[in-house]
Amino acid sequence: MTRYDVIVIGGGPAGLAAACSAHDEGVKVLLIEREARLGGILKQCIHDGFGLIRFGEKLSGPEYAARYVEEFKKRNIESKTLCFVTRLEKKGEEFELALVSRNGVETVSSSSIVLATGCRERTAKQVNIHGTRPAGVYTAGAAQLLTNICGVLPTKRCVILGSGDIGLIMARRLTLEGAEVLGVYEAKSTPSGLTRNIHQCLNDYNIPLHLSKTVTRVFGERRLEAVEIASVDERMQPIAGTEEIIECDALILSVGLIPENELAESIGIKLDGGTKGPVCDAQLQTLCDGAYCCGNALHVNDLVDYVSESGDVAGKNAAHHSNKKRELIDIKSGGNVAYFVPQKIDRNADNGAVTCYLRCREPLDGCTLRIKSGETTIFEKRFAFMRPPEMERICVDLSNEKIGGADALFVDIEVSK
Amino acid sequence: MKELVCIVCPNSCTLHIETAANGEINVSGNRCKRGIDFAKDELTDPKRTISSTVKTVFSDAPVLPVRVSAEIPKSKIFDVMKKINSVTLTRRIGIGETVIENVLGLGVDIIATDSILTEN
Repeated sequence: MTRYDVIVIGGGPAGLAAACSAHDEGVKVLLIEREARLGGILKQCIHDGFGLIRFGEKLSGPEYAARYVEEFKKRNIESKTLCFVTRLEKKGEEFELALVSRNGVETVSSSSIVLATGCRERTAKQVNIHGTRPAGVYTAGAAQLLTNICGVLPTKRCVILGSGDIGLIMARRLTLEGAEVLGVYEAKSTPSGLTRNIHQCLNDYNIPLHLSKTVTRVFGERRLEAVEIASVDERMQPIAGTEEIIECDALILSVGLIPENELAESIGIKLDGGTKGPVCDAQLQTLCDGAYCCGNALHVNDLVDYVSESGDVAGKNAAHHSNKKRELIDIKSGGNVAYFVPQKIDRNADNGAVTCYLRCREPLDGCTLRIKSGETTIFEKRFAFMRPPEMERICVDLSNEKIGGADALFVDIEVSK
Repeated sequence: MKELVCIVCPNSCTLHIETAANGEINVSGNRCKRGIDFAKDELTDPKRTISSTVKTVFSDAPVLPVRVSAEIPKSKIFDVMKKINSVTLTRRIGIGETVIENVLGLGVDIIATDSILTEN
Protein backbone atom coordinates (compact mmCIF):
# COMPACT_ATOMS: atom_id res chain seq x y z
CA MET A 1 0.00 0.00 0.00
CA THR A 2 1.50 3.32 -1.07
CA ARG A 3 1.76 6.00 1.58
CA TYR A 4 1.54 9.75 0.99
CA ASP A 5 1.70 12.80 3.21
CA VAL A 6 -1.33 14.45 1.62
CA ILE A 7 -4.02 12.96 -0.63
CA VAL A 8 -6.21 15.46 -2.45
CA ILE A 9 -9.60 14.12 -3.54
CA GLY A 10 -10.82 16.03 -6.60
CA GLY A 11 -8.89 17.54 -9.52
CA GLY A 12 -10.93 20.65 -10.18
CA PRO A 13 -9.74 24.18 -9.37
CA ALA A 14 -9.87 23.58 -5.61
CA GLY A 15 -7.98 20.29 -5.67
CA LEU A 16 -5.38 21.52 -8.17
CA ALA A 17 -4.61 24.57 -6.02
CA ALA A 18 -4.46 22.42 -2.87
CA ALA A 19 -2.15 19.86 -4.48
CA CYS A 20 0.22 22.57 -5.71
CA SER A 21 0.36 24.39 -2.39
CA ALA A 22 0.84 21.14 -0.46
CA HIS A 23 3.63 20.08 -2.86
CA ASP A 24 5.33 23.47 -2.44
CA GLU A 25 5.69 22.72 1.29
CA GLY A 26 7.91 19.79 0.32
CA VAL A 27 5.62 16.84 1.06
CA LYS A 28 4.52 13.80 -0.96
CA VAL A 29 1.16 14.47 -2.61
CA LEU A 30 -1.33 12.35 -4.56
CA LEU A 31 -4.28 13.87 -6.41
CA ILE A 32 -7.24 11.66 -7.29
CA GLU A 33 -9.71 12.62 -10.02
CA ARG A 34 -12.69 10.59 -11.22
CA GLU A 35 -12.77 12.01 -14.76
CA ALA A 36 -10.27 11.40 -17.56
CA ARG A 37 -9.11 15.03 -17.62
CA LEU A 38 -8.25 17.43 -14.81
CA GLY A 39 -10.07 20.74 -14.43
CA GLY A 40 -13.35 19.71 -12.87
CA ILE A 41 -16.53 21.51 -13.82
CA LEU A 42 -14.55 24.33 -15.46
CA LYS A 43 -14.09 22.14 -18.56
CA GLN A 44 -17.72 22.70 -19.50
CA CYS A 45 -17.99 26.33 -18.33
CA ILE A 46 -16.94 27.77 -21.67
CA HIS A 47 -18.23 31.30 -20.89
CA ASP A 48 -15.84 33.98 -19.65
CA GLY A 49 -15.65 35.92 -16.41
CA PHE A 50 -13.23 33.60 -14.60
CA GLY A 51 -9.99 34.90 -13.12
CA LEU A 52 -10.79 38.61 -12.87
CA ILE A 53 -9.47 38.65 -9.32
CA ARG A 54 -6.83 35.92 -9.52
CA PHE A 55 -5.23 36.86 -12.86
CA GLY A 56 -6.77 40.24 -13.71
CA GLU A 57 -8.08 38.68 -16.92
CA LYS A 58 -11.51 37.61 -18.14
CA LEU A 59 -10.92 33.94 -18.96
CA SER A 60 -13.24 31.12 -19.92
CA GLY A 61 -13.55 28.17 -17.53
CA PRO A 62 -11.28 25.86 -19.57
CA GLU A 63 -8.62 28.58 -19.80
CA TYR A 64 -8.67 29.14 -16.02
CA ALA A 65 -8.43 25.40 -15.49
CA ALA A 66 -5.51 25.22 -17.94
CA ARG A 67 -3.53 27.72 -15.84
CA TYR A 68 -3.79 25.47 -12.81
CA VAL A 69 -3.30 22.24 -14.73
CA GLU A 70 -0.05 23.72 -16.07
CA GLU A 71 1.08 24.64 -12.53
CA PHE A 72 0.15 21.13 -11.41
CA LYS A 73 1.93 19.33 -14.25
CA LYS A 74 5.15 21.31 -14.01
CA ARG A 75 5.50 20.24 -10.38
CA ASN A 76 5.30 16.56 -11.42
CA ILE A 77 2.81 15.80 -8.67
CA GLU A 78 1.46 12.25 -8.82
CA SER A 79 -2.14 11.98 -9.98
CA LYS A 80 -4.56 9.20 -10.76
CA THR A 81 -7.34 10.03 -13.23
CA LEU A 82 -10.41 7.91 -14.05
CA CYS A 83 -9.98 6.92 -10.42
CA PHE A 84 -12.77 6.88 -7.85
CA VAL A 85 -12.54 6.73 -4.06
CA THR A 86 -14.91 3.94 -3.02
CA ARG A 87 -14.08 3.92 0.68
CA LEU A 88 -12.48 6.36 3.10
CA GLU A 89 -11.45 5.29 6.59
CA LYS A 90 -9.53 6.81 9.47
CA LYS A 91 -7.35 4.23 11.15
CA GLY A 92 -5.69 5.79 14.19
CA GLU A 93 -3.96 8.87 12.82
CA GLU A 94 -3.81 7.65 9.22
CA PHE A 95 -6.36 7.82 6.43
CA GLU A 96 -6.88 4.78 4.25
CA LEU A 97 -8.57 5.10 0.87
CA ALA A 98 -9.82 2.30 -1.38
CA LEU A 99 -9.61 3.32 -5.03
CA VAL A 100 -11.01 1.82 -8.22
CA SER A 101 -9.45 2.66 -11.58
CA ARG A 102 -8.25 1.03 -14.78
CA ASN A 103 -5.63 -0.66 -12.60
CA GLY A 104 -8.34 -2.40 -10.62
CA VAL A 105 -8.78 -1.90 -6.89
CA GLU A 106 -5.97 -0.53 -4.72
CA THR A 107 -5.52 1.00 -1.28
CA VAL A 108 -3.50 4.10 -0.46
CA SER A 109 -2.90 5.91 2.81
CA SER A 110 -1.87 9.34 4.04
CA SER A 111 -1.45 11.51 7.14
CA SER A 112 -3.89 14.07 5.87
CA ILE A 113 -6.50 14.46 3.13
CA VAL A 114 -8.00 17.41 1.34
CA LEU A 115 -11.64 17.03 0.33
CA ALA A 116 -12.04 19.00 -2.90
CA THR A 117 -15.07 17.11 -4.14
CA GLY A 118 -17.06 20.06 -5.41
CA CYS A 119 -20.84 20.14 -5.46
CA ARG A 120 -23.82 18.61 -7.22
CA GLU A 121 -27.03 20.07 -8.58
CA ARG A 122 -30.41 19.86 -6.88
CA THR A 123 -32.77 17.70 -8.96
CA ALA A 124 -36.44 17.78 -9.99
CA LYS A 125 -37.24 15.18 -7.34
CA GLN A 126 -35.99 17.55 -4.65
CA VAL A 127 -38.20 20.44 -5.75
CA ASN A 128 -41.50 18.58 -5.86
CA ILE A 129 -42.27 18.61 -9.57
CA HIS A 130 -45.10 16.20 -10.24
CA GLY A 131 -46.16 14.42 -13.41
CA THR A 132 -44.69 11.91 -15.82
CA ARG A 133 -41.00 11.09 -16.41
CA PRO A 134 -40.38 12.09 -20.00
CA ALA A 135 -37.01 12.82 -21.57
CA GLY A 136 -36.28 16.54 -21.65
CA VAL A 137 -35.93 17.37 -17.95
CA TYR A 138 -32.30 18.38 -17.41
CA THR A 139 -30.38 20.10 -14.71
CA ALA A 140 -28.61 23.17 -16.15
CA GLY A 141 -25.24 21.48 -15.66
CA ALA A 142 -26.37 18.43 -17.59
CA ALA A 143 -27.67 20.67 -20.40
CA GLN A 144 -24.31 22.44 -20.33
CA LEU A 145 -22.40 19.16 -20.60
CA LEU A 146 -24.55 18.03 -23.54
CA THR A 147 -24.14 21.33 -25.38
CA ASN A 148 -20.51 22.18 -24.70
CA ILE A 149 -18.80 18.78 -24.44
CA CYS A 150 -21.03 16.36 -26.35
CA GLY A 151 -21.97 18.91 -29.00
CA VAL A 152 -25.69 18.17 -28.97
CA LEU A 153 -28.47 20.71 -28.50
CA PRO A 154 -30.76 19.46 -25.71
CA THR A 155 -33.70 21.67 -26.60
CA LYS A 156 -35.34 23.82 -29.25
CA ARG A 157 -37.89 25.45 -26.93
CA CYS A 158 -37.44 25.42 -23.17
CA VAL A 159 -38.45 26.75 -19.80
CA ILE A 160 -35.77 27.36 -17.16
CA LEU A 161 -36.70 26.90 -13.52
CA GLY A 162 -34.49 28.78 -11.09
CA SER A 163 -32.51 31.96 -11.61
CA GLY A 164 -29.24 30.49 -10.30
CA ASP A 165 -26.13 31.34 -12.29
CA ILE A 166 -25.96 28.08 -14.22
CA GLY A 167 -29.54 28.57 -15.44
CA LEU A 168 -28.79 32.14 -16.50
CA ILE A 169 -25.61 31.09 -18.29
CA MET A 170 -27.50 28.32 -20.10
CA ALA A 171 -30.34 30.71 -21.03
CA ARG A 172 -27.74 32.67 -22.98
CA ARG A 173 -25.89 29.63 -24.34
CA LEU A 174 -29.02 27.95 -25.65
CA THR A 175 -30.26 31.22 -27.18
CA LEU A 176 -26.92 31.66 -28.97
CA GLU A 177 -27.33 28.18 -30.45
CA GLY A 178 -30.80 28.99 -31.77
CA ALA A 179 -33.05 27.55 -29.08
CA GLU A 180 -36.02 29.52 -27.82
CA VAL A 181 -35.80 30.15 -24.08
CA LEU A 182 -39.38 30.99 -23.16
CA GLY A 183 -38.52 32.35 -19.75
CA VAL A 184 -36.68 31.92 -16.48
CA TYR A 185 -38.98 31.21 -13.55
CA GLU A 186 -37.83 31.83 -9.99
CA ALA A 187 -39.79 30.74 -6.90
CA LYS A 188 -38.22 33.40 -4.70
CA SER A 189 -39.13 37.06 -5.00
CA THR A 190 -35.54 38.05 -5.83
CA PRO A 191 -33.14 36.47 -8.36
CA SER A 192 -30.66 33.83 -7.17
CA GLY A 193 -27.80 34.52 -9.56
CA LEU A 194 -25.21 37.28 -9.84
CA THR A 195 -26.62 40.66 -10.89
CA ARG A 196 -24.29 40.89 -13.86
CA ASN A 197 -25.62 37.56 -15.14
CA ILE A 198 -29.23 38.81 -15.03
CA HIS A 199 -28.08 41.62 -17.32
CA GLN A 200 -25.68 39.87 -19.67
CA CYS A 201 -27.64 36.62 -19.97
CA LEU A 202 -31.30 37.63 -19.77
CA ASN A 203 -31.71 41.35 -20.44
CA ASP A 204 -29.26 41.29 -23.35
CA TYR A 205 -31.39 38.63 -25.08
CA ASN A 206 -34.84 39.81 -23.95
CA ILE A 207 -35.42 36.59 -22.03
CA PRO A 208 -38.11 37.29 -19.42
CA LEU A 209 -37.48 36.65 -15.73
CA HIS A 210 -40.61 35.77 -13.75
CA LEU A 211 -40.27 35.98 -9.98
CA SER A 212 -42.46 34.22 -7.41
CA LYS A 213 -43.37 31.51 -9.89
CA THR A 214 -42.49 27.83 -10.05
CA VAL A 215 -43.02 24.72 -12.16
CA THR A 216 -45.47 22.35 -10.50
CA ARG A 217 -46.01 19.64 -13.11
CA VAL A 218 -44.55 18.19 -16.30
CA PHE A 219 -46.45 16.60 -19.18
CA GLY A 220 -45.40 14.20 -21.90
CA GLU A 221 -44.83 10.47 -22.26
CA ARG A 222 -41.58 9.83 -24.12
CA ARG A 223 -40.61 13.49 -24.46
CA LEU A 224 -41.59 16.55 -22.48
CA GLU A 225 -44.49 18.37 -24.13
CA ALA A 226 -45.42 21.04 -21.63
CA VAL A 227 -44.95 22.29 -18.07
CA GLU A 228 -47.42 23.78 -15.62
CA ILE A 229 -46.34 27.05 -13.99
CA ALA A 230 -47.96 28.47 -10.84
CA SER A 231 -47.44 31.61 -8.83
CA VAL A 232 -46.17 31.06 -5.29
CA ASP A 233 -46.67 32.81 -1.98
CA GLU A 234 -43.99 34.12 0.43
CA ARG A 235 -43.36 30.56 1.63
CA MET A 236 -42.82 29.47 -2.00
CA GLN A 237 -46.02 27.40 -1.92
CA PRO A 238 -48.08 27.26 -5.16
CA ILE A 239 -51.22 29.37 -5.18
CA ALA A 240 -54.24 27.45 -6.46
CA GLY A 241 -55.90 28.94 -9.51
CA THR A 242 -52.76 30.62 -10.87
CA GLU A 243 -51.69 27.68 -13.04
CA GLU A 244 -50.77 28.16 -16.70
CA ILE A 245 -49.53 25.58 -19.21
CA ILE A 246 -46.50 26.31 -21.35
CA GLU A 247 -45.61 24.06 -24.30
CA CYS A 248 -41.93 23.23 -24.49
CA ASP A 249 -39.58 20.33 -25.18
CA ALA A 250 -37.28 20.81 -22.20
CA LEU A 251 -37.34 21.94 -18.61
CA ILE A 252 -33.93 23.13 -17.44
CA LEU A 253 -33.46 23.14 -13.68
CA SER A 254 -31.17 25.61 -11.93
CA VAL A 255 -32.47 25.21 -8.40
CA GLY A 256 -29.36 25.16 -6.28
CA LEU A 257 -26.05 23.47 -5.69
CA ILE A 258 -25.27 21.18 -2.80
CA PRO A 259 -21.70 20.47 -1.65
CA GLU A 260 -20.78 16.85 -2.36
CA ASN A 261 -19.78 15.37 0.98
CA GLU A 262 -20.69 11.69 0.94
CA LEU A 263 -17.06 10.77 1.62
CA ALA A 264 -16.87 13.25 4.49
CA GLU A 265 -20.07 11.91 6.00
CA SER A 266 -18.84 8.34 5.66
CA ILE A 267 -16.20 9.05 8.30
CA GLY A 268 -18.56 11.05 10.46
CA ILE A 269 -17.32 14.53 9.55
CA LYS A 270 -19.77 17.06 10.94
CA LEU A 271 -21.45 19.30 8.36
CA ASP A 272 -22.75 22.85 8.81
CA GLY A 273 -26.49 23.17 8.09
CA GLY A 274 -25.98 26.59 6.54
CA THR A 275 -23.21 25.73 4.08
CA LYS A 276 -23.98 21.98 3.73
CA GLY A 277 -20.21 21.62 3.86
CA PRO A 278 -17.97 20.46 6.74
CA VAL A 279 -17.59 22.58 9.85
CA CYS A 280 -14.02 23.95 9.61
CA ASP A 281 -11.52 26.06 11.47
CA ALA A 282 -9.50 28.91 9.96
CA GLN A 283 -6.95 26.44 8.58
CA LEU A 284 -9.86 24.73 6.75
CA GLN A 285 -9.41 21.60 8.85
CA THR A 286 -12.70 19.80 9.52
CA LEU A 287 -13.62 18.43 12.93
CA CYS A 288 -11.92 15.19 11.89
CA ASP A 289 -8.22 15.72 12.57
CA GLY A 290 -6.21 15.59 9.37
CA ALA A 291 -9.20 16.04 7.03
CA TYR A 292 -9.17 19.42 5.30
CA CYS A 293 -11.76 20.84 2.90
CA CYS A 294 -11.80 23.48 0.18
CA GLY A 295 -13.70 24.77 -2.84
CA ASN A 296 -17.37 24.07 -3.43
CA ALA A 297 -17.30 21.04 -1.11
CA LEU A 298 -16.80 23.50 1.74
CA HIS A 299 -19.45 25.99 0.63
CA VAL A 300 -20.84 26.97 -2.76
CA ASN A 301 -18.78 29.81 -4.20
CA ASP A 302 -19.70 32.39 -6.85
CA LEU A 303 -16.15 33.03 -8.02
CA VAL A 304 -13.59 30.38 -8.86
CA ASP A 305 -10.88 32.82 -7.76
CA TYR A 306 -11.94 32.23 -4.14
CA VAL A 307 -12.14 28.48 -4.75
CA SER A 308 -8.44 28.55 -5.69
CA GLU A 309 -7.65 30.66 -2.64
CA SER A 310 -9.32 28.14 -0.33
CA GLY A 311 -7.39 25.36 -2.06
CA ASP A 312 -4.12 27.20 -1.35
CA VAL A 313 -5.02 27.43 2.35
CA ALA A 314 -6.23 23.84 2.73
CA GLY A 315 -3.28 22.36 0.84
CA LYS A 316 -0.66 24.29 2.75
CA ASN A 317 -2.21 23.41 6.09
CA ALA A 318 -2.70 19.77 5.16
CA ALA A 319 1.02 19.61 4.32
CA HIS A 320 1.90 20.92 7.76
CA HIS A 321 -0.60 18.73 9.55
CA SER A 322 0.52 17.49 12.94
CA ASN A 323 -1.76 15.86 15.45
CA LYS A 324 -1.29 18.74 17.85
CA LYS A 325 -4.35 19.16 20.01
CA ARG A 326 -6.70 21.92 18.88
CA GLU A 327 -8.45 24.33 21.19
CA LEU A 328 -11.59 25.16 19.22
CA ILE A 329 -14.02 27.98 19.91
CA ASP A 330 -17.19 28.72 17.94
CA ILE A 331 -17.93 31.60 15.60
CA LYS A 332 -21.68 31.92 16.07
CA SER A 333 -23.85 33.64 13.47
CA GLY A 334 -26.71 36.04 14.05
CA GLY A 335 -30.05 36.09 12.27
CA ASN A 336 -28.97 38.12 9.23
CA VAL A 337 -26.10 35.76 8.39
CA ALA A 338 -27.05 32.79 6.19
CA TYR A 339 -23.63 31.26 6.72
CA PHE A 340 -20.10 32.13 7.81
CA VAL A 341 -16.92 30.18 7.07
CA PRO A 342 -14.90 29.22 9.11
CA GLN A 343 -17.24 28.08 11.85
CA LYS A 344 -14.48 27.53 14.43
CA ILE A 345 -11.19 29.08 15.51
CA ASP A 346 -8.35 26.94 16.82
CA ARG A 347 -6.61 29.01 19.51
CA ASN A 348 -3.46 26.91 19.04
CA ALA A 349 -3.10 27.94 15.38
CA ASP A 350 -1.96 31.15 13.67
CA ASN A 351 -5.11 33.20 13.03
CA GLY A 352 -3.54 36.59 12.35
CA ALA A 353 -5.07 36.81 8.87
CA VAL A 354 -8.14 34.63 8.47
CA THR A 355 -9.99 34.69 5.17
CA CYS A 356 -13.70 34.41 5.89
CA TYR A 357 -16.57 33.85 3.46
CA LEU A 358 -20.16 34.73 4.22
CA ARG A 359 -23.63 35.29 2.79
CA CYS A 360 -26.51 37.35 4.14
CA ARG A 361 -29.90 35.73 4.53
CA GLU A 362 -31.84 38.31 2.53
CA PRO A 363 -31.06 41.49 0.53
CA LEU A 364 -29.88 44.24 2.87
CA ASP A 365 -29.17 47.87 2.04
CA GLY A 366 -26.84 50.05 4.10
CA CYS A 367 -25.59 47.49 6.60
CA THR A 368 -22.62 46.79 8.86
CA LEU A 369 -20.96 43.44 9.44
CA ARG A 370 -19.59 43.05 12.97
CA ILE A 371 -17.56 40.33 14.64
CA LYS A 372 -17.65 40.50 18.43
CA SER A 373 -15.68 38.87 21.18
CA GLY A 374 -17.95 39.24 24.18
CA GLU A 375 -18.99 42.90 24.16
CA THR A 376 -15.94 44.08 22.18
CA THR A 377 -16.28 44.61 18.44
CA ILE A 378 -13.08 43.20 16.93
CA PHE A 379 -14.01 43.70 13.26
CA GLU A 380 -16.44 45.98 11.50
CA LYS A 381 -17.19 46.61 7.82
CA ARG A 382 -19.85 48.71 6.15
CA PHE A 383 -21.60 47.59 2.99
CA ALA A 384 -23.75 49.76 0.72
CA PHE A 385 -25.74 46.61 -0.03
CA MET A 386 -25.51 42.87 0.47
CA ARG A 387 -27.32 40.22 -1.57
CA PRO A 388 -27.54 36.49 -0.82
CA PRO A 389 -26.35 35.49 -4.32
CA GLU A 390 -23.23 37.63 -3.89
CA MET A 391 -20.88 36.04 -1.38
CA GLU A 392 -18.66 38.39 0.60
CA ARG A 393 -15.05 37.75 1.50
CA ILE A 394 -13.24 39.45 4.35
CA CYS A 395 -9.77 39.07 5.86
CA VAL A 396 -9.77 39.33 9.65
CA ASP A 397 -7.26 39.23 12.48
CA LEU A 398 -8.63 36.59 14.83
CA SER A 399 -5.42 36.00 16.78
CA ASN A 400 -5.58 35.32 20.52
CA GLU A 401 -4.32 38.86 21.17
CA LYS A 402 -7.26 40.24 19.21
CA ILE A 403 -10.03 37.95 20.47
CA GLY A 404 -8.92 37.87 24.10
CA GLY A 405 -10.33 35.22 26.40
CA ALA A 406 -13.76 34.79 24.85
CA ASP A 407 -15.12 31.25 24.61
CA ALA A 408 -17.00 32.11 21.39
CA LEU A 409 -17.11 34.83 18.76
CA PHE A 410 -20.29 36.31 17.35
CA VAL A 411 -20.87 37.63 13.85
CA ASP A 412 -23.93 39.46 12.59
CA ILE A 413 -25.03 42.04 10.04
CA GLU A 414 -26.91 45.08 11.29
CA VAL A 415 -28.94 47.31 9.01
CA SER A 416 -28.02 50.96 9.69
CA LYS A 417 -30.91 53.30 10.36
CA MET B 1 -30.80 60.02 -16.68
CA LYS B 2 -30.16 56.36 -17.44
CA GLU B 3 -29.41 53.63 -14.98
CA LEU B 4 -27.60 50.46 -15.89
CA VAL B 5 -25.62 47.67 -14.27
CA CYS B 6 -21.95 47.34 -15.18
CA ILE B 7 -20.98 43.81 -16.17
CA VAL B 8 -17.20 44.24 -16.27
CA CYS B 9 -16.45 42.73 -12.86
CA PRO B 10 -18.23 40.95 -9.98
CA ASN B 11 -18.97 44.27 -8.25
CA SER B 12 -21.89 44.88 -10.66
CA CYS B 13 -22.00 48.62 -9.86
CA THR B 14 -25.24 50.40 -10.66
CA LEU B 15 -24.20 53.22 -12.96
CA HIS B 16 -26.07 56.51 -13.34
CA ILE B 17 -25.54 58.20 -16.67
CA GLU B 18 -26.42 61.79 -17.50
CA THR B 19 -26.13 63.05 -21.05
CA ALA B 20 -25.50 66.80 -20.96
CA ALA B 21 -26.95 69.20 -23.55
CA ASN B 22 -23.58 69.38 -25.31
CA GLY B 23 -23.54 65.59 -25.69
CA GLU B 24 -21.03 65.03 -22.88
CA ILE B 25 -21.68 61.83 -20.94
CA ASN B 26 -21.30 61.93 -17.14
CA VAL B 27 -21.11 58.66 -15.24
CA SER B 28 -21.48 58.10 -11.51
CA GLY B 29 -21.88 55.06 -9.27
CA ASN B 30 -18.79 53.36 -10.68
CA ARG B 31 -16.15 52.02 -8.32
CA CYS B 32 -13.42 52.08 -10.99
CA LYS B 33 -12.62 53.72 -14.31
CA ARG B 34 -13.66 50.67 -16.34
CA GLY B 35 -17.25 51.47 -15.42
CA ILE B 36 -17.00 54.84 -17.16
CA ASP B 37 -15.78 53.24 -20.39
CA PHE B 38 -18.48 50.57 -20.14
CA ALA B 39 -21.22 53.18 -19.66
CA LYS B 40 -20.02 55.29 -22.60
CA ASP B 41 -19.86 52.21 -24.85
CA GLU B 42 -23.32 51.06 -23.79
CA LEU B 43 -24.81 54.31 -24.97
CA THR B 44 -22.93 54.63 -28.23
CA ASP B 45 -21.68 51.22 -29.34
CA PRO B 46 -22.47 48.38 -26.94
CA LYS B 47 -19.93 45.57 -27.07
CA ARG B 48 -19.92 42.04 -25.72
CA THR B 49 -17.80 38.91 -25.62
CA ILE B 50 -19.31 35.58 -26.64
CA SER B 51 -18.19 32.00 -26.13
CA SER B 52 -19.36 29.00 -28.09
CA THR B 53 -18.11 25.73 -29.57
CA VAL B 54 -17.02 24.66 -33.06
CA LYS B 55 -17.77 21.29 -34.54
CA THR B 56 -14.77 19.00 -35.13
CA VAL B 57 -14.16 15.77 -37.03
CA PHE B 58 -12.50 14.21 -33.96
CA SER B 59 -14.35 11.59 -31.94
CA ASP B 60 -12.41 12.41 -28.76
CA ALA B 61 -13.84 15.94 -28.88
CA PRO B 62 -16.91 16.39 -31.11
CA VAL B 63 -16.88 20.13 -30.29
CA LEU B 64 -14.10 22.47 -29.19
CA PRO B 65 -14.80 25.47 -26.95
CA VAL B 66 -13.96 28.84 -28.50
CA ARG B 67 -14.44 32.51 -27.70
CA VAL B 68 -13.91 35.88 -29.31
CA SER B 69 -10.40 37.28 -28.69
CA ALA B 70 -11.84 40.72 -27.88
CA GLU B 71 -15.24 42.39 -27.62
CA ILE B 72 -17.52 42.55 -30.66
CA PRO B 73 -20.48 44.86 -31.30
CA LYS B 74 -23.57 43.54 -29.52
CA SER B 75 -25.50 43.86 -32.79
CA LYS B 76 -23.15 41.38 -34.48
CA ILE B 77 -23.52 38.57 -31.94
CA PHE B 78 -25.75 36.34 -34.06
CA ASP B 79 -23.81 37.00 -37.27
CA VAL B 80 -20.63 35.88 -35.51
CA MET B 81 -22.46 32.81 -34.14
CA LYS B 82 -23.48 31.89 -37.69
CA LYS B 83 -19.85 32.10 -38.79
CA ILE B 84 -18.69 29.95 -35.84
CA ASN B 85 -21.35 27.36 -36.65
CA SER B 86 -20.21 27.17 -40.27
CA VAL B 87 -16.80 25.80 -39.24
CA THR B 88 -15.82 22.16 -38.99
CA LEU B 89 -12.36 21.83 -37.49
CA THR B 90 -10.17 19.30 -39.27
CA ARG B 91 -6.83 20.19 -37.63
CA ARG B 92 -5.88 19.55 -34.02
CA ILE B 93 -5.35 23.01 -32.59
CA GLY B 94 -4.50 24.01 -29.03
CA ILE B 95 -5.61 26.58 -26.50
CA GLY B 96 -5.21 30.16 -27.74
CA GLU B 97 -4.87 29.19 -31.40
CA THR B 98 -6.99 30.87 -34.05
CA VAL B 99 -10.02 29.11 -35.49
CA ILE B 100 -11.32 32.03 -37.54
CA GLU B 101 -9.08 35.02 -38.22
CA ASN B 102 -10.64 38.52 -38.25
CA VAL B 103 -14.22 37.22 -38.12
CA LEU B 104 -16.58 39.29 -40.31
CA GLY B 105 -13.80 41.89 -40.63
CA LEU B 106 -14.41 43.00 -37.05
CA GLY B 107 -10.69 42.89 -36.17
CA VAL B 108 -11.38 40.09 -33.70
CA ASP B 109 -10.42 36.41 -33.93
CA ILE B 110 -12.23 33.31 -32.80
CA ILE B 111 -9.76 31.42 -30.60
CA ALA B 112 -9.75 27.96 -29.03
CA THR B 113 -10.08 27.93 -25.25
CA ASP B 114 -9.28 24.29 -24.52
CA SER B 115 -6.39 22.02 -25.43
CA ILE B 116 -8.39 18.80 -25.50
CA LEU B 117 -7.44 18.17 -29.14
CA THR B 118 -3.70 18.44 -28.50
CA GLU B 119 -3.40 16.52 -25.22
CA ASN B 120 -1.97 13.08 -25.97
